[in-house]
Amino acid sequence: MKAAVIVFPGSNCDRDCKVALERSAGAQVHMVWHGDTELPAGLDLIVLPGGFSYGDYLRCGAMASLSPVMAEVKAAAERGVAVAGICNGFQILCEARMLPGALLRNAGLKYVCKPVDLEVVNSQTRFTAGYRGRRSVTMTVGNGEGNYFADEATLDRLEGEGQVVFRYRDNPNGSARDIAGIINERGNVLGMMPHPDRAFEDDLGRADGALLFQSVLASA
Amino acid sequence: MKATVHVFLKPGVLDVQGKAVESALHGLGWPDVAHVRVGRVIEFEVDAASPAAAEAEVKAMCEKLLANTVIEAYRVEIG
Repeated sequence: MKAAVIVFPGSNCDRDCKVALERSAGAQVHMVWHGDTELPAGLDLIVLPGGFSYGDYLRCGAMASLSPVMAEVKAAAERGVAVAGICNGFQILCEARMLPGALLRNAGLKYVCKPVDLEVVNSQTRFTAGYRGRRSVTMTVGNGEGNYFADEATLDRLEGEGQVVFRYRDNPNGSARDIAGIINERGNVLGMMPHPDRAFEDDLGRADGALLFQSVLASA
Repeated sequence: MKATVHVFLKPGVLDVQGKAVESALHGLGWPDVAHVRVGRVIEFEVDAASPAAAEAEVKAMCEKLLANTVIEAYRVEIG
């Protein structure tokens, strides 16, 4: 599998994602600077990593969503390439309107950093096929603005169309309908607040995240 | 021309900063304070032929970057 990790100024999980992709899925990983206007050819997956792109100035993900490389990421997504936004990457995908809704400040006002149990709501996506038969997985969240918000009609549509992929079993941040991760209508753009890249082998405490990267590999 | 943009979370979107500030004000002896909303003011100079043209430009900036209209509303003042 050939993957790219986009590096924004202020990304801090970019190298974690690279290692996670290499170790769990044997991927060949290209690090792509946000100012680039070209992506490597033949990508199977583009990852927008966690962190604090542009220092979270204005709104989390707002400036990054307008980075030069994002035009290429959008074009690749339109061609069907898989795109995964993790944490800050999820915020960027929402700001870029590649996914509906937005991430608000956590309802409890606190930065939350801990393992969370997730329900795999839809295991029929190219990101989650490896979780088939698993009702529950555990990954780590680390966010101050992970409170998913969308209007009621959008939430109904997401639920109705199977676009809610992960749900918190014990909601840590006030997210609407306990949503932890969603996918676009076409099924190739995933956004999630929990970090599979912080839970991809037992030495990290959990290995559940590896299945996500392996699922994308299997679908490539 | 000077442009001032006010950005606030839309009514109905939980404003946790507003709630925290409100609770602090109550604790400081202003128990009657209600409906605190915390927003953002952005000021800048804009070059335009007329105030109306400036307003149109600044609204375009709001739609593109300064506000996220999924969760925020904005108000533009020129001059």
